[in-house]
Amino acid sequence: MSILSYNGAAIMAMKGKNCVAIAADRRFGIQAQTVSMDFDKVFEMGPNLFIGLPGLATDVQTVLARLKFRLNMYELRENRRIKPKTFMSMVSNLLYERRFGPYFVEPVIAGLDPKSGEPYIASMDLIGCPMETNDFVVSGTCSEQMYGMCESLWEPDLAPDDLFETISQALMNAFDRDAVSGWGAVVYIIEKDKVTKRMLKTRQD
Amino acid sequence: MYPLSDNLLMAVCGEAGDSIQFSEYIAKNVQLYKMRNGYELSPRAAANFTRRNMAESLRTSRSHLVNLLIAGYDKEEGPSLYFLDYLASLNKMPFAIHGHGSLFALSIMDKYYEKDLDFEGASALLMKCITEIQKRFIVNLGKFRVRTVDKNGIHDKGTIQPEPVVAA
Repeated sequence: MSILSYNGAAIMAMKGKNCVAIAADRRFGIQAQTVSMDFDKVFEMGPNLFIGLPGLATDVQTVLARLKFRLNMYELRENRRIKPKTFMSMVSNLLYERRFGPYFVEPVIAGLDPKSGEPYIASMDLIGCPMETNDFVVSGTCSEQMYGMCESLWEPDLAPDDLFETISQALMNAFDRDAVSGWGAVVYIIEKDKVTKRMLKTRQD
Repeated sequence: MYPLSDNLLMAVCGEAGDSIQFSEYIAKNVQLYKMRNGYELSPRAAANFTRRNMAESLRTSRSHLVNLLIAGYDKEEGPSLYFLDYLASLNKMPFAIHGHGSLFALSIMDKYYEKDLDFEGASALLMKCITEIQKRFIVNLGKFRVRTVDKNGIHDKGTIQPEPVVAA
């Protein structure tokens, strides 16, 4: 079994009209054994910027700590908020530094440009090869299922409420077909002047 | 089980040499922090310190292969329990079990655990868990030492032993 699926995770992000959404499951397990159901995998990196880190739980925590440090240093040095695209380069850089002994995480980034409010989503493999898209990105142990759900549910220019419904249904129905992710979910809807965090109760089996 | 400070207790299992070496290293560093700064590390801080040490050693040839439970009481944060596995994934949990026993005892905890258990309730729950382990697990683990951590420090509550299983 791959080390990337040792703890289990499912994360996706979607673009909407002047908004983005990012959602993740809440399970922390050791292979097939579920250990806790309140494990955070999506983290706030700024008022309109979020990162999801699916993969090996220890590396989720290590990468988060190192990223937070670099982000703080950047914002102190530049005295301004980071742009999502710049932040993506920062994550990519951090991961590629460990090219031959990687952190086992495949990040998902979602955010709005601090000035223009332009939606931005991107995902990355474990050595930092980025992929920017205009619709949705997925990452985690049930990526096939997530791609299937996103392909069929997502449509362009969704309003925040519709985007919430779409991403929630896409995520839930994807991880219900995966044994190592699920057990509750969290959804962030990011708008220019508002971020809504909602917890989803989902199937517990 | 190692006391790290006045109200911080760490239970260790794993590779025999590593578990002693690593837990003593953490315990002494927690003591050193107190001497240098004049105040103690909170349970959260101690757990994160331990995690960081483990995470840094994880990618070396001399990694510490130990599983830990860190229990502590803090005046501001109240009681807390941290689950730290040998890969250095840190989790704050209401109840936690490491090792093979977890396969039997986690479901007992899921069913019977309540948020504000007193000591009698908690120790009855522990008894349920070790009885189940005695019944289902192939290895006889014998006695279990019980300690509690509260605002007044660490208290030794002696040992508990499951009732012998009688054939039906």
